[in-house]
Amino acid sequence: MEKFIPIPSRPAPVVEVGLIGWMRKNLFSSIPNTLVTLFTVYMMWIVLVPFLNWAFISADWIGDSRQDCDSGGACWVFVTVRWNLFMYGFYPEDSYWRPNLAFILLLGILVWLSVPRLPFKKWVAIAALTVYPVAAYTLLYGGFGLDVIPTHRWGGLMLTLVLALIGIVVAIPIGILLALGRRSEMPVIRMVCVIFIEFWRGVPLITILFMASVMLPLFFAGGTDADKLMRALIGIVMFQSAYMAEVVRGGLQALSKGQFEGADALGLSYWQKMNLVVLPQALKIMIPGIVNTLISLFKDTSLIVIIGLLDVLGMVRQALADPAWLGYPAEGYLFAAFMFWIFCFSMSRYSIYLEDRLNTGHRK
Amino acid sequence: MKPTNRNGLTRLFYNPTARSLFFQALVLGGLLWFVLTIVGNVTTNLNARGISSGFGFLSQPAGFGISQSLIEYNETFTFGRTFFVGLLNTLLVSAMGVVAATILGVFVGISRISPNWLLRKISMVYIEILRNIPLLLQIFFWYYVVLQTLPRPRDSLSFGETIFINIRGVFMPKPMAETGFALYVGLLVAAVVGVIFLGQWAKRRMRDTGQQFPVFWTSVAILLGTLVLGFFITGRPIALDYPELRGLNFRGGMSLIPELIALWFALTIYTSTYIGEIVRSGIQSVSHGQTEACRALGLNEKQRMNLVVLPQAMRVMIPPMTSQYLNLTKNSSLATAIGYPDLVSVFAGTTLNQTGQAIEIITMTMLVYLTISLLVSAFMNWFNKRVALVER
Repeated sequence: MEKFIPIPSRPAPVVEVGLIGWMRKNLFSSIPNTLVTLFTVYMMWIVLVPFLNWAFISADWIGDSRQDCDSGGACWVFVTVRWNLFMYGFYPEDSYWRPNLAFILLLGILVWLSVPRLPFKKWVAIAALTVYPVAAYTLLYGGFGLDVIPTHRWGGLMLTLVLALIGIVVAIPIGILLALGRRSEMPVIRMVCVIFIEFWRGVPLITILFMASVMLPLFFAGGTDADKLMRALIGIVMFQSAYMAEVVRGGLQALSKGQFEGADALGLSYWQKMNLVVLPQALKIMIPGIVNTLISLFKDTSLIVIIGLLDVLGMVRQALADPAWLGYPAEGYLFAAFMFWIFCFSMSRYSIYLEDRLNTGHRK
Repeated sequence: MKPTNRNGLTRLFYNPTARSLFFQALVLGGLLWFVLTIVGNVTTNLNARGISSGFGFLSQPAGFGISQSLIEYNETFTFGRTFFVGLLNTLLVSAMGVVAATILGVFVGISRISPNWLLRKISMVYIEILRNIPLLLQIFFWYYVVLQTLPRPRDSLSFGETIFINIRGVFMPKPMAETGFALYVGLLVAAVVGVIFLGQWAKRRMRDTGQQFPVFWTSVAILLGTLVLGFFITGRPIALDYPELRGLNFRGGMSLIPELIALWFALTIYTSTYIGEIVRSGIQSVSHGQTEACRALGLNEKQRMNLVVLPQAMRVMIPPMTSQYLNLTKNSSLATAIGYPDLVSVFAGTTLNQTGQAIEIITMTMLVYLTISLLVSAFMNWFNKRVALVER
């Protein structure tokens, strides 16, 4: 008897595998699906191609006056000639190293804290919260032998970063206290915290900034004219800490009741219970939420334009009003949008990464 | 262990009730001191600047015009009236934004889970780009970049010579009520009531006998029929007032000012990215077992969506949707940046500058937003409790 040799299996039909198979499955699986694909491709063609052409291919990048923009595309010269203004505002040019140094230090700290393998995290974090603010303040504002640069000369991206960072760093401790107060068993403290949180969450940031700029001066004795930036910061911190409190509350509620009861049963005091048992677990759950509030704070800082401070958006708007450069609003706003987008998008990616990494079993 | 001997004061110190009372009194005292200091400072400062406080300014004539008003308004009306003009404009743009953002957001959310790969990716890019750019910037972009490319009134884009779009806004025919209008409205109301009853009857019959009734198409037929036939039967009770180009601008008809359009577009698009994500996660939160069970029961795709998936997804979606609607309403205050006459722009802006009554005006403005927020969240809490899963 002849040995049975099966014929070799034939390859899968060419329309089922590879690029063609993938396209059949994902783009042309049914008639409506095909129509959607064709329509989308058509829309992309008529929108994206002219845009890319305008923004990149026929754009002008190099030059120092508007005469250099003659190719009919985007005039990025508008941005490049004002790059320093967009970054630092009216900060004196020979002192640019100061914000740069402060920013590099911050970047170093952040990288140190966010790369999981590096040691001494605790000490770096403590330094970041104690030594760094003093150092950064001295660098940016002056003192200890450095020239004082008043805050009305600050601006551009630098101001945006300063506002967002101070806002978040001050708002976290206040938010934690408010959230703990909201869960407190003392009715007066609970009421005060609830009213505080709900008030700031219920009104738009812009009214808070208006309040900070027109009402706050009346609150200080002798009608002191507190620094404009300072007043805006007070408003932003109030607003932000109320949102932060809700994030913290979410983290506290995610902990099982047994943790609180266990700590009580061990005889820990209230602050021992919070510092040793509850907050270390809750903070871990809260980190993505904190990053999300940081993102919205970062976007919200753009509102200070309305009360007359000049962040990136404010500097761009001022540049657009320059009679020598009229007519480039698209370039200006797209540049500002890109600046904000880069920061917010990378933070949101980082928050997703953290969520994955910290997902060690608290969430189902 | 030796029992510790405590005197009265120490005992009081370790007594939880006494301690909590002490801390609460401390907080209350501190707060009182803080408020009193501020009130004191404010009174001294106001006296020093010669500003009189009080709400008397609300009945003084305003003396400035407002570019858009839903109620009758001109310069001779009072500052109190400007408050309502601004409030109504805020509510108008919020309502328009909520409706449009919901429609667009649901579309984006469904696109995110569409079987079409291209559509999925494009909606993802849409969301990731637009929600990471500040709303204020988007408003500026629409107002100063997109709307500035529109033609001047003389060369308006026209749609059938009835709708005109130019740099001054959108001009549309305005419906005017004529004789028989009340009858027409009555007929429409009757039709709507009839459709509601029809729906209830069909549901009852379905429950009792299992027979289905094509409620949707019957309702559409009834409503459309009344809308069209009723119009002619009652003798064409609606006339249209067409906009006309006179001189440099259009007269007559209805118009949307460009500030409203820019604000509306920006609010809609920005919020739709958040709503899209809420819709997507809501639908994805319904476990796959539910889908499989529906297939096992022989429900078709439409029934699966309408009867099983959506009711469960809604439960997850409602709380975050509410907070998005509230955010949209609060964000509409950015109107002031481009001069749309909303509450903040008209009242906390122009009126404040003219009267100098900072404390009263800012407080009133904040209270309005606070009231809206609290009312909506109270309603939503009630609604949420109604649809919440009843666990046994």
